[in-house]
Amino acid sequence: MTTAAERAGPPDPALPVMVPPPPESAWRNWRDNTSPLTQGLFLFLLAGFSVLFLYPFVWLVSASLKSRSYVFTNTLVPQVLQFNNYVRIWHAAPFLRWFVNSVYIDGLAAATVTFASALTAFAFAYFRFPLRNLLFGCVLATMMLPTAVTMIPVYLIWQHIGLANTQYPLWMSNLFGSAFYIFLQRQFFLGIPREYFEAARMDGDNYLTMFWRIAVPLAKPALIVTALFEFKAKWTDLMTPLIYLHGDSQFTIPRGLYALLGQYAPSAGGQGDYELIMAALVLATVPMLLIFAFGQRYFIEGISLQGRKG
Amino acid sequence: MAVTTARSSAPAGPRSRVRRWARGFRERDTWWAYAFLTPWLFGFIVFTAGPMVASAVLSFTNYSVISATHGVGLANYRALAHDPYVLESLKNTLIMTAMYVPADMLLSLLLATLLARATRMGGFFRTIFYLPVMTPTVAIGSMYLLIFNGNYGLLDRALSLIGIHGPFWQTDPNWIKPGIVVMLLWQVGTNTVLYLAAIKNVPQHLYEAAAMDGASAWRRFRDVTLPMISPTLFFTFIILTIYGFQIFDQIYTAFYNPSNINTSSDSSLTYVIYLFQQAFQYFHLGYASALAWVLFGLIMIVTIVQVVVSRRFVYYEGGR
Repeated sequence: MTTAAERAGPPDPALPVMVPPPPESAWRNWRDNTSPLTQGLFLFLLAGFSVLFLYPFVWLVSASLKSRSYVFTNTLVPQVLQFNNYVRIWHAAPFLRWFVNSVYIDGLAAATVTFASALTAFAFAYFRFPLRNLLFGCVLATMMLPTAVTMIPVYLIWQHIGLANTQYPLWMSNLFGSAFYIFLQRQFFLGIPREYFEAARMDGDNYLTMFWRIAVPLAKPALIVTALFEFKAKWTDLMTPLIYLHGDSQFTIPRGLYALLGQYAPSAGGQGDYELIMAALVLATVPMLLIFAFGQRYFIEGISLQGRKG
Repeated sequence: MAVTTARSSAPAGPRSRVRRWARGFRERDTWWAYAFLTPWLFGFIVFTAGPMVASAVLSFTNYSVISATHGVGLANYRALAHDPYVLESLKNTLIMTAMYVPADMLLSLLLATLLARATRMGGFFRTIFYLPVMTPTVAIGSMYLLIFNGNYGLLDRALSLIGIHGPFWQTDPNWIKPGIVVMLLWQVGTNTVLYLAAIKNVPQHLYEAAAMDGASAWRRFRDVTLPMISPTLFFTFIILTIYGFQIFDQIYTAFYNPSNINTSSDSSLTYVIYLFQQAFQYFHLGYASALAWVLFGLIMIVTIVQVVVSRRFVYYEGGR
């Protein structure tokens, strides 16, 4: 065991390794030194900012429950609660359809990108092979590349194989992984002690079974972070659906919301039913808030991990 | 692995190094590594490297789906230098980014500092600050239409409470960009969480030493916190700028939705929106490719300038 680890040597010093955060207790001791007065001031300021950050949500829910003539009144509690708005928007637009589309596309996108990125990240973290640094440089460079540069030829590729007007382009490129997640997961794989892998090798695992049995379970937090980030990113993405989706029944949630603005805005021939649009926005936002409620730890951890590269 | 280490201890001339490197391809592990990399490599070649070359080639043609394609040399680039919309959108994008990046960094830093020092409820407030990040960008763009409405909007009503006559955020060319920046700042949460993590990583003993030397809270912040988190600040400075150049969803929803697509003021036209219109509304794909490469070049130049200028201000522990 030890010899195997010794022979493997320390991780390459040129590459950043995940540093464990300092123990929380030490930090807490320091914070406790501040006087109650200062603490009170901080809490007051934080509460003030919280109001600014939360108010739009409260306002949105309130606006979604008003009748048309009151949408613009900004009073927080509507005189009459129009829950009917939600029923109306549900029937006025193929909302269920959009919802199903989004869940299906975003789910596939999240699952495929997580798995494909894990394969790649593991290869970069575990193996030493010729051209490794160059290829990893390509991963990093991809992160800096504006999407606008590849957007047009990628569209032409999908058009060439006859899938330009389908939902496939929205998730299929995720089958090949994504640079940012590869970077994130590689950090995680580097943090796994090499002994675990060597032990698995001695148990007769080949690299594939080792990846599946050891690396994937140990990197579960990073994989969950990837899946959640990607699901959220796809749930809010507007540009790609604008390019590829044509027709109500194909739309994802953001593309559908965008279409609704045209359907209801007065200058586009609508009736100015902004209360319906607000109800639609609530319906589109709530799933994300639910996901955050259950996966908050992973979102916070995932972001903190980015900063640790230094 | 063992074999590799043993070999590297052998005396290495330039030629034997090349040979050893080439021999690496014959090792079993190398084949395994490349087997793991195959999906990504395929995707990289087909969806990134290939399209980059294709887009560069397209930028020298008049490709537009409908008419016959032929090379036009530098005509696209020459045309865009004289296109008033390019100049306008470029100016808008630069101004918005120049306002957005520092504002986002300062606000994040303020919030993160407050969060780090709050003994109780720090996690609770952190959640609140992060919630807007979870809101779909289209929803934010749509809410902007109502909240920033010059006649009835929530913001102007709130301003009138303290005696300020709010501007017409959506039609007054002077106020469109600040309004957009305020809208973008609602999603400051990502950066705040990032800074908070960085601040919490600053070694405790540095603060204790500073406090023992009688450093005030401000001095501790300026001379301990700031240098120690400067790598994170630097990282976000670059990332935010690249993001700022490419903001699309919120602005496109608020100003280029089907209801105001013809009436929108040019003050909200960003470079990427113009590029998108050229590519997918007018199908001037050759011209749009040239626009994309100009954007890429611009981002590269700005990033390099940022790296060179910021290097002096970034402190890496252990001299890394």
